[in-house]
Amino acid sequence: MNTSQPSVKSASLWVTNSVFIGRSLRHSIRNTEALIMAIMLPVMLMLLFTFVFGGAIDTSGNYVNYVVPGIILLCAGFGSSSTGVDVSNDMTNGIIERFRTMPIQAISVITGHVVASLVRNLLATGVVIAVALLVGFRPSANVLEWLGALGVIFLFILTFTWLFAAIGIVAGSPSAASGYGFILLFLPYLSSAFVPTDTMPSWLQGIADHQPITPVIETIRGLLTGTPLQQQGWIAICWCVGILLIAFLWSILAFRKRAGRR
Amino acid sequence: MRKYAIEVKGLRKTFGSQTVLNGLDLTVPAGTIHALLGPNGAGKTTLINILSTLVSPDEGSVRVAGYDVEKEKDGVKRSISLTGQFAAVDDILTAEENLRMICRLSGLSKEQSQVRSQQLLQQFDLTPSAHKRVKTFSGGMRRRLDLAISLVTSRSVVFLDEPTTGLDTISRRALWDIILGLRDQGITIFLTTQYLEEADQLADTIAVINDGRVVASGTPAELKSRIGGEVIELSDSKDQVIRTIPTYGNIHDVSRTLQELSHTLPKDTQVSIRKPSMDDVFLALTTKQEMKGAIS
Ligand SMILES: Nc1ncnc2c1ncn2[C@@H]1O[C@H](COP(=O)(O)OP(=O)(O)OP(=O)(O)O)[C@@H](O)[C@H]1O
Ligand SMILES: [Mg+2]
Repeated sequence: MNTSQPSVKSASLWVTNSVFIGRSLRHSIRNTEALIMAIMLPVMLMLLFTFVFGGAIDTSGNYVNYVVPGIILLCAGFGSSSTGVDVSNDMTNGIIERFRTMPIQAISVITGHVVASLVRNLLATGVVIAVALLVGFRPSANVLEWLGALGVIFLFILTFTWLFAAIGIVAGSPSAASGYGFILLFLPYLSSAFVPTDTMPSWLQGIADHQPITPVIETIRGLLTGTPLQQQGWIAICWCVGILLIAFLWSILAFRKRAGRR
Repeated sequence: MRKYAIEVKGLRKTFGSQTVLNGLDLTVPAGTIHALLGPNGAGKTTLINILSTLVSPDEGSVRVAGYDVEKEKDGVKRSISLTGQFAAVDDILTAEENLRMICRLSGLSKEQSQVRSQQLLQQFDLTPSAHKRVKTFSGGMRRRLDLAISLVTSRSVVFLDEPTTGLDTISRRALWDIILGLRDQGITIFLTTQYLEEADQLADTIAVINDGRVVASGTPAELKSRIGGEVIELSDSKDQVIRTIPTYGNIHDVSRTLQELSHTLPKDTQVSIRKPSMDDVFLALTTKQEMKGAIS
């Protein structure tokens, strides 16, 4: 048997990234429970909001058009949150030490999780939109508006995924990461996702109007169903890009700082 | 070729208020097997983590394969492979996928990765489980996969933190053979172990650490001759042990040692000779303060 060892080269950044992306995609496919949850939850929520709550919230029967953008975001947030758990798993179970002692850009392991999350969540978004159309969602958007809305959704998923990745890096354990993620997932309920903010008590309205989810939802809603956009699009983009930058830098710093001890 | 694969001078490392390594000095000649012994918590894993760039030293100079672990991390990383104390494998992937992933990350092409993975699966007796997810593996199988992964490409220094813990006798022997084979290729192996026997069988040189310092080092023969030989114990008139000196136990060595000492010690110094066991000596080295002078 030939057991001689090949000599050392370093994998290029391109190969490193594609290996880690492939790994995370494999993880996503094999984690069937999480995958089913990521797709079932949006569908359940959609049915719940349109058929159970919908009649009570808006008797005109157009609630489905109002609520779909909110559901899309809620699901994107939920789907991205599993990135925190995935990253934390890697950070705490010793495999990160192996990557860190190899002559590669070890943070690519995080990039892998982020890309896999984007793929998963865009698929889930597709399912949400398909089900929405089935239950009576009637968007008025033209092709450009559709592309704009998808762009904003993409940016939102990317932003939240990096945020959850950073949380995964600093969290002491996967369950802690999942706990922190849970707190963030309340944000959509305190926004215009399910009811217009002017129906809320004024102190709550202040919070709801000035948190990142509301402009993102208003932008998607405006683009898909033609509600007035005003400045919401720019505000949404600023929020997302700002949070994305912070989350990205936070990830890099936290990743560097975290000592390689399990 | 460089003379020393590992050179550590005055290494200090503290975690909070706890000093783990306190002025540790160590050199390992290139192309040899070096075993590091010490009780739990002595700092073996910490030392390996520092040598493999995972943890930063507080003070001291640390060079691996000629590279400084702080200033030339990349050089160190290109020269080493690490098998940590706990298996670092991907549970969700299969054994083969794990190997292929590390092959690719080590710069092998897809085809080379395929070939190399098969070789290693065979070498570590994992071929029957190649397509099973690692989550379903037994502890020993995980350990073997972990070791296989570390040997994907040839590195000039290989760190193995308790590599045989949890392996059955056959796997342990097989690993010993692999380690000896690596040394024959000129690779330096730095391992820790809790088994004195293993260090004895395998290592060219041994260092025992305790309280953050190297308390004994040498070839197994040197240590064993001390361990297995006689210890001369010198006591003062109040029966307090003032010195213990390891000897080979033969008349020449004992008389020479005593002659050397007789000039410097009081006339009423009591002399006794006793035989320590291997475990006794390890215990003494790593726990009792007054014995420390004995074997160093
Ligand atoms: N990151 C850390 N933070 C705090 N304390 C640490 C850290 N790493 C190690 N220690 C402490 O340093 C000491 C040495 O630990 P280390 O793991 O190096 O011991 P060891 O010799 O490998 O022990 P064992 O034989 O049990 O594996 C221990 O007391 C441990 O608690
Ligand atoms: Mg240890």
